[in-house]
Amino acid sequence: MATLVTPENIVYKRPVGLTDTVTTYCPGCTHGIAHRLVAEVLEEMNVLDRTIGIAPVGCSVFAYNFIDCDFLEAAHGRAPAMATGVKRVLPDRIVFTYQGDGDMASIGMGEIVHAAARGENITVIFINNAIYGMTGGQMAPTTLPGMKTTSSPSGRDVEAQGYPIRMAEMLSTLDGAGYIVRRSLHDPANIRKAKKAIRTAFEVQKHALGFSMVELLSTCSTGWGLTPVESLTWLEEHMIPAFPLGDYKISEPVAALKI
Amino acid sequence: MQIEIVLAGFGGQGIMFAGQVLSYAAMETGKEVTWIPSYGPEMRGGTANCTVVIADEEIGSPLVKNPPVALVMNLPSLDKYEPLMRPGGTLVVNSSMVDRSVRREDITAIYIPANEIAEEIGDKRLANMVAVGALLTAVSVLKTEDIEATLNAHMPGRHKHLLPKNIEAIRKGYAYAQAHTVAAKA
Amino acid sequence: MARELLKGNEAIAEAAIRAGLDAYYGYPITPQNEILEWMSKRMPELGRAFVQAEAELGAINMVYGAACTGARVMTSSSSPGISLMQEGLSYIAGTEVPMVLVNVMRGGPGLGNIAPSQGDYNQICKGGGHGDYHPIVLAPANIQEAVDMMPLAFDLAEKYLNICCVLLDGSIGQMMEPAELPEMQPYPRPFNQPWAVNGAIGRERRILTSIYLDPPEEEITNLRLLKRWEQIQKNEIRYKEYYLEDAEYVVIGFGTAGRIALSAVRAARAKGIKVGLFRPISLSPYPYKRIEELCAKTQAFLVTEMNAGQMLEDVRLAVRGRVPIRFYGRLGGVMPLPDEILDEIEQMVKHPPKAEDDPAAIWLHRMLETVK
Repeated sequence: MATLVTPENIVYKRPVGLTDTVTTYCPGCTHGIAHRLVAEVLEEMNVLDRTIGIAPVGCSVFAYNFIDCDFLEAAHGRAPAMATGVKRVLPDRIVFTYQGDGDMASIGMGEIVHAAARGENITVIFINNAIYGMTGGQMAPTTLPGMKTTSSPSGRDVEAQGYPIRMAEMLSTLDGAGYIVRRSLHDPANIRKAKKAIRTAFEVQKHALGFSMVELLSTCSTGWGLTPVESLTWLEEHMIPAFPLGDYKISEPVAALKI
Repeated sequence: MQIEIVLAGFGGQGIMFAGQVLSYAAMETGKEVTWIPSYGPEMRGGTANCTVVIADEEIGSPLVKNPPVALVMNLPSLDKYEPLMRPGGTLVVNSSMVDRSVRREDITAIYIPANEIAEEIGDKRLANMVAVGALLTAVSVLKTEDIEATLNAHMPGRHKHLLPKNIEAIRKGYAYAQAHTVAAKA
Repeated sequence: MARELLKGNEAIAEAAIRAGLDAYYGYPITPQNEILEWMSKRMPELGRAFVQAEAELGAINMVYGAACTGARVMTSSSSPGISLMQEGLSYIAGTEVPMVLVNVMRGGPGLGNIAPSQGDYNQICKGGGHGDYHPIVLAPANIQEAVDMMPLAFDLAEKYLNICCVLLDGSIGQMMEPAELPEMQPYPRPFNQPWAVNGAIGRERRILTSIYLDPPEEEITNLRLLKRWEQIQKNEIRYKEYYLEDAEYVVIGFGTAGRIALSAVRAARAKGIKVGLFRPISLSPYPYKRIEELCAKTQAFLVTEMNAGQMLEDVRLAVRGRVPIRFYGRLGGVMPLPDEILDEIEQMVKHPPKAEDDPAAIWLHRMLETVK
């Protein structure tokens, strides 16, 4: 066994950008994948030491324990405002927020819309799993019609509780946005595409081409009441039709960017 | 020494500026001074007023209930401030815009046709400076020369060509008020 | 530098800039718009950060972000906007980063009006946001004091890693007075504090947060804040006294109410009443000890405020029943005139209050009789 783990045999290892702290996420949760992708990209761009992350309130409140760079912890929903405050005084640093759907699309709607409208040179990693995970599986602004949660026990009734919000589509209408795409984390091919998008988003920031956001469709096995494998299938079958994958805003300067 | 002066009129009559000119002059003659406007929605049209307090020592209240000196540029301001005047005080009235006399007998009234005099000088916007000139007859701590020096020091370069006419307005207002007040007393 | 005739709000803004302000984030609200407007012109022309935020909530969280980098950062607002900022203020206090807040108070509660008020004394001095924390609160009574307070506010905030609030009312914001501005500090002032989150170049990474999930750890954090507060209470008491040498009666008022009382005190002196004025400048920490000392030679206190007796509670804490207190307040944006306070002084001398009186209740019933 011991002889297998030699430098020449290593094909997969913890990126430098991740700490060796064991994550607090539920088994099967895709936060771990998203964290890893962010860490890999920051490492590959060689910017870990000039990056400031802003963690949200939600399951990823402790993102700073896992992603190995300078970090701040925002109030619920306010990460884009906090990122603005940082980026404006330290414009040569890489500043990103990592937010869930409740944090961004509900309580933080004002902050995200205006950060995008101002074209803040920040990058937003948006985890959309259609549910409030940390607080115990309540209805989120992205919860699908008919979907059961602990605060929509009969399923989301659109007559009473409205419709899910599509953040990528909505923010793409703003002129300040340089790069807005939606990707998914449900299988390896999509994970590779997600990583490429995250790289592009950070490059957009590095080149000061405006606001960039990658929305990542994610699972919440615990909140959804499914096994991790069932969750991946459920994401593919139910979330992708409601939140189509694709590029929603690629500004001309971003399109011209060679990465 | 402390003197409180209320200046009141319609928005656009240059009341706030007139008060500021007095304040600059007071500061430059080494006095303590406060200028406080009535602020808010009434800033945009309607009546405007400000209070100027000039003193030798640290000024307490920037407002006063019964001013010893007031300048009223229109009728609503006369109606408002005449009852509030301190007995023995001086009320300077822009008679161009007010069609009644001061009713109280325990205060001195100075009537100044500020708009007419301004038009004689050739710029009706100078009515406030004419009125300031008249007001100075009741404010012994400031001289017309103090105001002229202040205007000279603070008028922006692009407006400097207006300085002679401003000075003319102040002098004419002062001279008119002095002549007519003396006449009234005699 | 020579004295200039300056409008309160603009003077405050320029003084902050000259003190080395790196970033201003704010949202329009009357009667403090001149601060935001001044910043919107001056900060960009000096190559410094300015953002008109989408709301006070955004503004205070931008301040929070910049404060964590160690930058000199401030925001300003007026009462309703300060209410909206309470969330961020609590987080900033809990994260132990410095910032300066200017509150130009107006009449309330609710939308209220835009007239001068001191109705936010409790909200600002006693915390406002959730949790145990104490902002440093300084109350200027004139424009020179406000100007001098801006560099001091940054120094105190940075020295104690604390919020420092300059608390004034709309009248000081809108007023003009001669004042001397501070010298422009050399800029940029490098900021690289040993706690700042600004990118881990050549050092271990840092995290700034206000979360302490483990209650004993949060308790330790609270105790650390309180220990620092104890130092602030010891070092940062400020007040101004007038005519107290031979005073038998003492008027206590802060900010505009204090300066209006000065006129009344002078008028009362002219009538032969031996009265003085005590004007607290640091409202938090409050000069309890000095008021306690004054009890020894004071027959009665008159507390006057532009609120319903919020600071009165602190005076009562200092006096602890040893000397009777009379209270006079005006509310909702009404400024008291010197004549009213003079009348209160004369009434206090003529009908001395009793130590066991409830000054706020007695005042309220007087008000209900006279204001109809």
